[in-house]
Amino acid sequence: MSDMDEMDEGSGIVKKFMFLNRKAPHGTVYALEGLEVVLITAAFDQDVSMVFTDDGVYQLMKGIDTKGIEVKDFSKTYRALEGYDIEKLYVDQASLDARGLTEDDLIVDVTVLAVDEMANLMAEQDVVISF
Amino acid sequence: MQFGILVNEGPYTHQASDSAYLFARTAIEKGHTVPRIFFYHDGVNNSTRLATPPQDDRNVSARWSKLAADHGVDLVVCVAAAQRRGINDDVLAPGFRISGLGQLVEMGIQYDRLVTFGD
Repeated sequence: MSDMDEMDEGSGIVKKFMFLNRKAPHGTVYALEGLEVVLITAAFDQDVSMVFTDDGVYQLMKGIDTKGIEVKDFSKTYRALEGYDIEKLYVDQASLDARGLTEDDLIVDVTVLAVDEMANLMAEQDVVISF
Repeated sequence: MQFGILVNEGPYTHQASDSAYLFARTAIEKGHTVPRIFFYHDGVNNSTRLATPPQDDRNVSARWSKLAADHGVDLVVCVAAAQRRGINDDVLAPGFRISGLGQLVEMGIQYDRLVTFGD
């Protein structure tokens, strides 16, 4: 909790943070370490949205099993996001389509958006961090 | 304008940290301020003083240290990402310090822009 202690608690500023998840859950560390930033941002009471696009949609796939590659399975963290008041989860329709996936293949409830709707949502943000 | 900068890649393999450095230096030259730069993922590898690149190449960590010394830029290395990669206080180049992710979130809240350099 040292992160919290260092924060200027008096600021009271709430900004719109969007986290853009573009990469597959395994193969690189971006998804795992990116989630850490999302959770800390929520702990600072900011307005958090998560977007899953390109191979990032694989982060939300049902039935992930990492035993064969001997790395940590953090898939269940996505289901716990609600407990951190992170409820704005958006998925890019074209990215699902390109990979033969539908909402039913995902472990959490999401809002699926067309690319122009996604662009509008991005334009509303104060901070966009891409992993 | 106040810029916060997030560096997500290590030196030499990726151009991201070069681009971040050139952006920061240029922004300061143009009269903007860069109060803090945050190093995450393999970006934490920018902070080691143990790197000894060939003399005819740039020295990435030394260049960051000079930026900090010349302009008071706060160079912050994420503690969790650093511990994964063997970066600790013993190997830090001058001007760097290790702290938590809250320092990154704070940049997003307080500064006019947060600019990410990575893949």
